Amino acid sequence: MSKLVYLIPLFPLLGFLVNGLGRKSLSKSMIAIIGSGAILASFVVSVLVFFSVKANGGEVVTLFDFINVESFRIPFAFQVDQLSSIFLLIITGIGFLIHLYSSAYMHEEESRHYGRYFAYLNLFVFSMLLLVLGANYVIMFIGWEGVGLCSYLLIGFWFKNTNYNYAAKKAFVMNRIGDLGFLLAVFWMLYKLDTATYGDVFAATSKLSSFDITAITMLLFVGAMGKSAQIPLYTWLPDAMAGPTPVSALIHAATMVTAGIYMIARSNILYTMAPATQTLVAVIGLATAIFAATIALRQNDIKKVLAYSTVSQLGYMFLGLGVGAYTGAVFHVMTHAFFKALLFLGAGSVIHAMHHEQDIRKMGALKKYMPVTHITFLLACLAIAGIPPFSGFFSKDEILTAAFSKNPLYYFVGVAGALMTAFYMFRLYTLTFLGQFRGTQEQEHHLHESPWQMTFPLIVLAVLSVAGGWIGIPEVFAENAHSLEHFLAPVFAESAKLAGQHHLAASQEYMMMGGTTIAIILIILFAVNSYKKYQLSEEETTGVSKLLENKWYVDELYDAVIVNPLQALAGFFKNIIEKSGIDGLVNGVGKLVGYGSRQLRLLQSGQVGNYILVMVLGMVVFILIWFNDAAIMQLLNKIF
Amino acid sequence: MIPVLLILIPLVTGLVSFFQKESATAKNWALLSAVITLAITVAGLFFLPASQLSYDAAWLPDLGSRFSLTMDGMGKMLSLLTALSFPLIFAATYRNNYANPGSFYGLMLLSQAGLLGVFLAADALVFYFFWELALVPVYFLCSIWGGSKRIAVTFKFFIYTFIGSLLMLAGILYLYFQSADHSFAIKSFSHIALAGKQENFIFWLFFIAFAIKMPVFPFHTWQPDAYEQSPTATTMVMSGIMVKMGIFAVVRWLIPVFPHASAQYGNLIIILSVTGMLYASLIAIRQDDIKRLIAYSSIAHIGLMCAALFTLNKTGWEGVMIQMFNHGVNVIGLWIVADVIEQKLGTRKFSELGGLAQKAPVMAILLVVMALANIALPLTNAFIGEFLMFNGLFRYNMWIAAVAGISVILAAVYTLNMVQKVLYGNTVSATENATDISGNVQLMLVVITLVVIALGVYPQPMIDLTKDTIQAVLVK
Repeated sequence: MSKLVYLIPLFPLLGFLVNGLGRKSLSKSMIAIIGSGAILASFVVSVLVFFSVKANGGEVVTLFDFINVESFRIPFAFQVDQLSSIFLLIITGIGFLIHLYSSAYMHEEESRHYGRYFAYLNLFVFSMLLLVLGANYVIMFIGWEGVGLCSYLLIGFWFKNTNYNYAAKKAFVMNRIGDLGFLLAVFWMLYKLDTATYGDVFAATSKLSSFDITAITMLLFVGAMGKSAQIPLYTWLPDAMAGPTPVSALIHAATMVTAGIYMIARSNILYTMAPATQTLVAVIGLATAIFAATIALRQNDIKKVLAYSTVSQLGYMFLGLGVGAYTGAVFHVMTHAFFKALLFLGAGSVIHAMHHEQDIRKMGALKKYMPVTHITFLLACLAIAGIPPFSGFFSKDEILTAAFSKNPLYYFVGVAGALMTAFYMFRLYTLTFLGQFRGTQEQEHHLHESPWQMTFPLIVLAVLSVAGGWIGIPEVFAENAHSLEHFLAPVFAESAKLAGQHHLAASQEYMMMGGTTIAIILIILFAVNSYKKYQLSEEETTGVSKLLENKWYVDELYDAVIVNPLQALAGFFKNIIEKSGIDGLVNGVGKLVGYGSRQLRLLQSGQVGNYILVMVLGMVVFILIWFNDAAIMQLLNKIF
Repeated sequence: MIPVLLILIPLVTGLVSFFQKESATAKNWALLSAVITLAITVAGLFFLPASQLSYDAAWLPDLGSRFSLTMDGMGKMLSLLTALSFPLIFAATYRNNYANPGSFYGLMLLSQAGLLGVFLAADALVFYFFWELALVPVYFLCSIWGGSKRIAVTFKFFIYTFIGSLLMLAGILYLYFQSADHSFAIKSFSHIALAGKQENFIFWLFFIAFAIKMPVFPFHTWQPDAYEQSPTATTMVMSGIMVKMGIFAVVRWLIPVFPHASAQYGNLIIILSVTGMLYASLIAIRQDDIKRLIAYSSIAHIGLMCAALFTLNKTGWEGVMIQMFNHGVNVIGLWIVADVIEQKLGTRKFSELGGLAQKAPVMAILLVVMALANIALPLTNAFIGEFLMFNGLFRYNMWIAAVAGISVILAAVYTLNMVQKVLYGNTVSATENATDISGNVQLMLVVITLVVIALGVYPQPMIDLTKDTIQAVLVK
């Protein structure tokens, strides 16, 4: 079965080509069927591959030589194993639901834009599949940059809007900054080992000095910072909300931002061997988790809250990777994919019903108009907040427990972030669904539940958000209940051997879980209580709230420190150095020669040929004088 | 026989072209000639025995110069580039009309003959002759059919490159006197063992000539003006093919003859090249003219090639070789779009463009593909070349590679700037009534797109093509 793995990326690629080329002639329903059908077909193959891996283990499937040069060989090959097969399921499964949802959400678009949309969506999934399936860092990099391109195309999907275009460009450029780190890491590997194939690299770590390993892992992590929106390269992700809402679901749940997690989980051996990098990953992850959570507390755009929440949750995943809880990180990728896709699609449903209103201050009481959206959204909020037995509880708990064993400080900061998460999510929930309606009468009149293509994915994702965590029940509850850990064990075996196992006492673990859960419930009650009677007010926010509303002014800081100086430097080069400096010098030499020849022209015949002859002779003479070369002298003597 | 035919066909058809008065006949004649040259190149590369790929005859026996041509891997690749580019250029600019069309196309074909001669020459005097044959027609093309500032610009262009040529000629003559058998053959030149001081001095005579041609920072200031002012068909020849003369010449004539100086000054040249990459990239960010943007972007790309060359590293060279071809094809694609925009809308300024994606969706898609190739996205042909060149640079010195890598980010900034300002946003007065591309232009851009993707997904045949050249020069 694994041999057929190439079908998984092939279907979306074909979907991209058919919908892209046929977007003018195909009907909308045909486009939707092709686009969604391609992903469904990939999902079916992914399921088969998953069971094949479960039964027989993984293998590498080589298609052809991509680059074969003197010093190294990079095959176009796919890595089929436990880790990639889990990601395949997430990408194609959730990807399919998002495609289905999109078929209704985008129905207002003209046929050719509808076709363009589905083509991009398919290409996005294709790139992500390539990223996950690649058996070496170069093939991964194809997908790595591919998802960057697709996010660029989709964020700027409504290309008439200039702001959206800037957001798209920002996403691409910030990703590129990270990509450079990734590339340098690959060069480093190829330089030292002459290979970038996972198996070969991980087997040859003994040939690398610890400096090499630290440098490679740090550079790869720079790539992850860009792709997975970590400090300092996270600012593109909230702006990426410019794209259609299902695209946000795709970027935040099934594709793109999880790439960094996947890459580090894939390279787990290297990271385990580089404790300095691990500490950096944990600290950056934790800092991002908490920093983004503070911003989310004060955002009023429904999608912006979710965007910062993603940045924050990704921070937890990196914390997990940094403390060596690779399974926990992958587990959180999975549960997060369920509830974040659900949240974004739910938000899309709300925005759809509210006629493109995204400000939660102008919503409220949607509970009674949109029952399915409401219930599923609530379940997702409970899942992300970490209430047992919803999925987010298990994965977040696993990461935090591992963090505690590494450094209790990580744990307490992490819990503070989790409390903020509960607060901003229930602030969002309350403002949107509870209280009274604060929009216009016309909006209220048109409020409706969304069609089945949109509610069906919500229901499926809600089930997964509730029950998806049960494949990772901690050992403390039941022996061998963590089936995900057992499934992934071969991928992380080497790291586990190196790092050793730390287990907390069961009583301590129970206490931590219980304490955190109670605190979260209290925060939820507080948030609901604070916002259920919310009224629109014109008051300007001040102080810390204003700071948070403006996202700590980080964008402004980057503009002032990096963008503007660079632009000024470019202008200085263009207008001063290039024009007056270098070109001025060149022209100056020209003028000097012109002046000289005006003086000398009385001596000359005016024939260009003569000038050239004299120049050449002059040079020969010059060389002769310079070197006083006997050999030439002799030759010249003979000639003349 | 193949090399002779490749030079002879454009030379003869070019001379005949001067007598044509009708625009349509001149165009068709040139196109026919270019297609025949392409067909012969393809036949020579893939179907004929290797014995057909070199030629040697007496030329100027008294001087010790023979008319000797050879087609090694690099020669094949650049002949293919030249032979492929001219039909693309002629077809894509078919609708442009020129005063005195017979002379225009005649000069274009003469330039093609010169270019092919440069890439095939195995004798320094033959090389020099074709070097000038390629340059002089371009000088006339710019100064007669160019834009409003053409006289001043082409004068500078000519003087600049001509000074380079003279330095090179002086160097060639010196080497001739030094050669054991008083010959201009490449083989004799590479056997000359110069004393350190002489080698260093003559090295610079040649290098400056080639550096002006490429152009490498800080010898580049003739280039943006010349690209901007020339008729676009000529600009395509200059930036797609002629700049490769400089890189080609370094591989063929500089490094084999001056191995010690090349190694000694390599570091300096690499630093100059990398400086130029960042410098040109930054300037590109601030351009408001599509032609000047492509010009500066091209300087940045050439800088990387020059840097990778002087690492004298195999991986880097494998990248340079494939990139010479890819850059040529891709930049011609960009010029085609620039030309379409200028011809249709009467402006090249970004500030006067916008919203073309609504009016010309096909052009929009094709321009985006060209743009992605320009920023070397994986699965486009340019990625392979840049990946290998950066690899070589990294093996030479990782810090230099890291600094040069910043250009990868800047390339995304200026290229996406261009895409955004031309295609996105709302339409403006110049683009309100724009129409999409069709016919020849569309077909040629599709051909280029197919090359971009095909060589991006499966580059191996191109990588293998130049193995013999790298082996011969670097292993020596």
